[in-house]
Amino acid sequence: MSAETYDVAIVGGGPAGLSAAIELKRRGVAKVALFERGTELGGIPRHCGHPPFGMREFGRILTGQAYARRLAGAAVAAGVTILAKYTVVHTGPDGLLTVASPAGIQTIQAARILIATGAREATRAQLLVPGVRPLGVMNTAALQAFVYQEGRIPFRRPVIVGSELVSLSAILTCRSHGIRPVAMVETEHEVQARPAFFALPRVLGVPVMTGAQVLAIEGSPRVTSVRLRLADGKETVLDCDGLIFSGRFIPEAALAEASALALDLGTGGPVIDQHGRSSDPNIFVVGNMIHPIETAGYCWAEGRRVARLIAAELANARNAEPDKTPGRRIIAGAGLKYVVPQRLTLEGRGTVPALNIRAIGAARGRLILSDGSGTVLRTQSVNTAPQKSIRFSLAGLNLAVDSSDLQLRLEPRP
Amino acid sequence: MTAFGDLVDAVIIGAGVVGCAMARRFSVEGASVVVLERAPDILSGASKANSAILHTGFDAPPGSVELQCMQSGYDEYMQIRESFNLPILETGAMVAAWDDSEEGRLPELLDQALLNGVADARLLGRAEVLAREPALGTHVRAALLVPREIIIDPWSAPLAYAMQAKALGARFQFNAGLLSARFDGDLWHLETPSGTLAARSVINSAGIQGDSVERMLLGEAQFEIRPRKGQFVVFDKAAAKHLRTILLPVPTARTKGVVLTRTIFGNLLVGPTAEEQEERERPDVTRPELDMLIAKAVELVPALAQAQVTAVYAGLRPASEEKHYRVHCLPEKGYFCAGGIRSTGLTAALGIARHVHGLWAQSRTAGGERFAAPPTFPLPNLAEHLPRDWQTPGHDGIVCHCEMVTGREIEAALGSPLPPGDFGGLRRRTRCAMGRCQGFNCLARLASLTEGRLSVPIAPEVDP
Ligand SMILES: Cc1cc2nc3c(=O)[nH]c(=O)nc-3n(C[C@H](O)[C@H](O)[C@H](O)COP(=O)(O)OP(=O)(O)OC[C@H]3O[C@@H](n4cnc5c(N)ncnc54)[C@H](O)[C@@H]3O)c2cc1C
Ligand SMILES: Cc1cc2nc3c(=O)[nH]c(=O)nc-3n(C[C@H](O)[C@H](O)[C@H](O)COP(=O)(O)OP(=O)(O)OC[C@H]3O[C@@H](n4cnc5c(N)ncnc54)[C@H](O)[C@@H]3O)c2cc1C
Repeated sequence: MSAETYDVAIVGGGPAGLSAAIELKRRGVAKVALFERGTELGGIPRHCGHPPFGMREFGRILTGQAYARRLAGAAVAAGVTILAKYTVVHTGPDGLLTVASPAGIQTIQAARILIATGAREATRAQLLVPGVRPLGVMNTAALQAFVYQEGRIPFRRPVIVGSELVSLSAILTCRSHGIRPVAMVETEHEVQARPAFFALPRVLGVPVMTGAQVLAIEGSPRVTSVRLRLADGKETVLDCDGLIFSGRFIPEAALAEASALALDLGTGGPVIDQHGRSSDPNIFVVGNMIHPIETAGYCWAEGRRVARLIAAELANARNAEPDKTPGRRIIAGAGLKYVVPQRLTLEGRGTVPALNIRAIGAARGRLILSDGSGTVLRTQSVNTAPQKSIRFSLAGLNLAVDSSDLQLRLEPRP
Repeated sequence: MTAFGDLVDAVIIGAGVVGCAMARRFSVEGASVVVLERAPDILSGASKANSAILHTGFDAPPGSVELQCMQSGYDEYMQIRESFNLPILETGAMVAAWDDSEEGRLPELLDQALLNGVADARLLGRAEVLAREPALGTHVRAALLVPREIIIDPWSAPLAYAMQAKALGARFQFNAGLLSARFDGDLWHLETPSGTLAARSVINSAGIQGDSVERMLLGEAQFEIRPRKGQFVVFDKAAAKHLRTILLPVPTARTKGVVLTRTIFGNLLVGPTAEEQEERERPDVTRPELDMLIAKAVELVPALAQAQVTAVYAGLRPASEEKHYRVHCLPEKGYFCAGGIRSTGLTAALGIARHVHGLWAQSRTAGGERFAAPPTFPLPNLAEHLPRDWQTPGHDGIVCHCEMVTGREIEAALGSPLPPGDFGGLRRRTRCAMGRCQGFNCLARLASLTEGRLSVPIAPEVDP
């Protein structure tokens, strides 16, 4: 059986994969295939019935569903070969993909592969939340699929665990469907998204409890209550009929793992260079898979940027080897959860975008970039909420002078 | 009150793995059977949460009913498994010693294994252990290898037993917990929330409620259930590459200890704990114990420090105040009990059923006719290492992406002769929502697909 061949095979039809596909076609790449395991394109936004999406892409604010439809329509119009209900089960080496669909299992050959499989929220199991295991415990995305896609109300009085931006989506989703959250519980001592946003739950009468631990989920067959230890050490029981675990995103890295790409412990996703290239020179990675989590607009822009690079590489050197320069590592040092990219390839094409950084907890102090000899190259002061991403510009630095590891660390303000 | 049809030979209380095996054995032997289960589905008690190891009995008490049932259960499983398409993963097990005193105990464990007829058990030196399992912590000293300890699908196996029983005429009543019982000197009259029935004999396989069911039937119980909780952590599939052999600790007097093993579904499992508790109906997970299990796993296989958790769960062993099985009977009352089937029931179930049926048959003069060739049928394969439905063309797409469960499989489970009664039952029959995302992607879709088809719906309310 001879493999079907494409110039670029994209895995995942969310904002990142779709924007890359559209851009590749715009740049004249002939054969672009997009494999999406779901029945429809759009990724997570396809079941977000709420705004804001699309500002950067379409200059207007759309609901996720409208946004997903527009992006999908643009991909079709651009001439992308769309393969929905196709799950990529393995990639590489040498641009080979194994895909499964209702038609069976196939092998695909592509000059370059772009993985854009997104991220998902941590489950109560991953968070090791104690208690029994009743019905009614789910992530925000599942809640949204219930109400926006399936027209179902899974509960009426849930407790929301988490305080990221997505936790606010959870509140809005609830409120627009007659679901009244009982409380928002955050295990850390401060809310994770920008504090200003937390006027919203307060306005809606949803108490926000920070520094509270879930001691037990109770109920059978459905949730009936949750037992908490509050910040002041007192225990309390909230009656509720559901729990929403929101945020604490984890990359959907199963495919990358199965394909033996090098992974970064900080992000949980593949190690990439500034062009989005993974440890396999034929495989690029974009979207929330490499930085859990950014907005759809951010992932869209990233998809476009990496697509340009792939298009240029294919155009310049049709039959040449992809760039295999090992590059310079960037290590996430003290106080930092991750730094993306984890590697800089110095003689590669394109400009170096700002580093995308996430601190462990809130970041208040100074970020310090140093080289292998410990020489400080640049510093930047920071003051951000815990789950907010930080940008660190490399503009103007001449990093090609040596190849020692770079290190970025956070020096907290005393 | 409604009566469930005619007088039956045997009413089996409880549809755990023991009850399912019992229903199969009695049906095959020609008895008319009703199974009463208080939950909406089979396998709702201890049988839904175990380590899924088919044990050889190498460390069971020599000469015990338990050992005999384990070994005959093991053999019968191997005989029938192909006709039901039931998988095995031939891993073998190693009882690993990590210090002097543990190493010193391996020879006596080997002696016991040999005494128990496990002739292929043998000792491995440190180098052999590490050659077999290079990811183990290097402080491992030696091990006892038991090649025939294997891993099975702990849910499809009992489902096959129950389905065969059903095909032979056994009736399963769910949401039908035994409420009260009366023996009129000849027949039993049993009351459940959904009706009454009359039976010539009663088989008690009520697991965690074995003693209370015995008390309900006889007025007093010969044994007392002392629930012993076992918690588990399931690691993501990527972790399974670190270990091939089941890793057992050197047992103590009280417990078999924490096991690290693959599952047949391609994950890695660590557990169980052994926690005595009064509470019988609340198998909760607790944070210190989950942390301890993860730390233990990392101590055994350091690479697991990076492994992600897929699921956590707990099961309650129906242990009693004594270590051995509580198998006994009162033939003159037609009462038979398979109680206290603590921690080896998955292995022993077919053997226990044979044993109890033997006691039952002795007490009777006449009986139904044995089925020489009872019907068999292949169950859908859920084992990761064997072909799955998604690999066969013509399915209507994948519903659960983590576990690669197709719409065709969901539909087949819902439409089967013994369909799931609740979401747990659907998960056990298909693996849906059992993977790393735990329903992030598929839960809502599953709520719609199962609409009106589970006695406990996932989310009944439709947006007005
Ligand atoms: C509940 C929720 C609310 C949100 N609200 C907002 C908001 O209001 N505004 C905003 O800007 N952002 C929002 N976000 C974030 C936004 O959804 C993400 O930034 C964006 O979807 C990321 O795009 P992506 O392409 O990286 O991944 P995704 O959108 O996750 O898409 C990944 C796609 O890959 C597919 N896939 C995965 N594995 C495979 C495989 N092996 N084979 C084939 N296909 C595969 C998946 O099915 C999916 O369609 C929200 C996120 C969530 C969870
Ligand atoms: C942590 C753990 C790990 C284990 N690991 C293994 C292993 O690796 N290998 C192995 O062989 N074994 C193992 N076991 C043991 C095995 O799981 C048990 O021995 C077995 O499940 C017991 O089955 P059962 O049918 O007796 O009990 P159960 O499965 O508990 O079934 C009893 C049933 O009776 C029902 N019931 C109760 N009261 C009533 C009533 N009044 N009316 C009607 N129905 C009622 C319950 O709802 C339940 O469904 C393990 C057990 C645990 C808990």
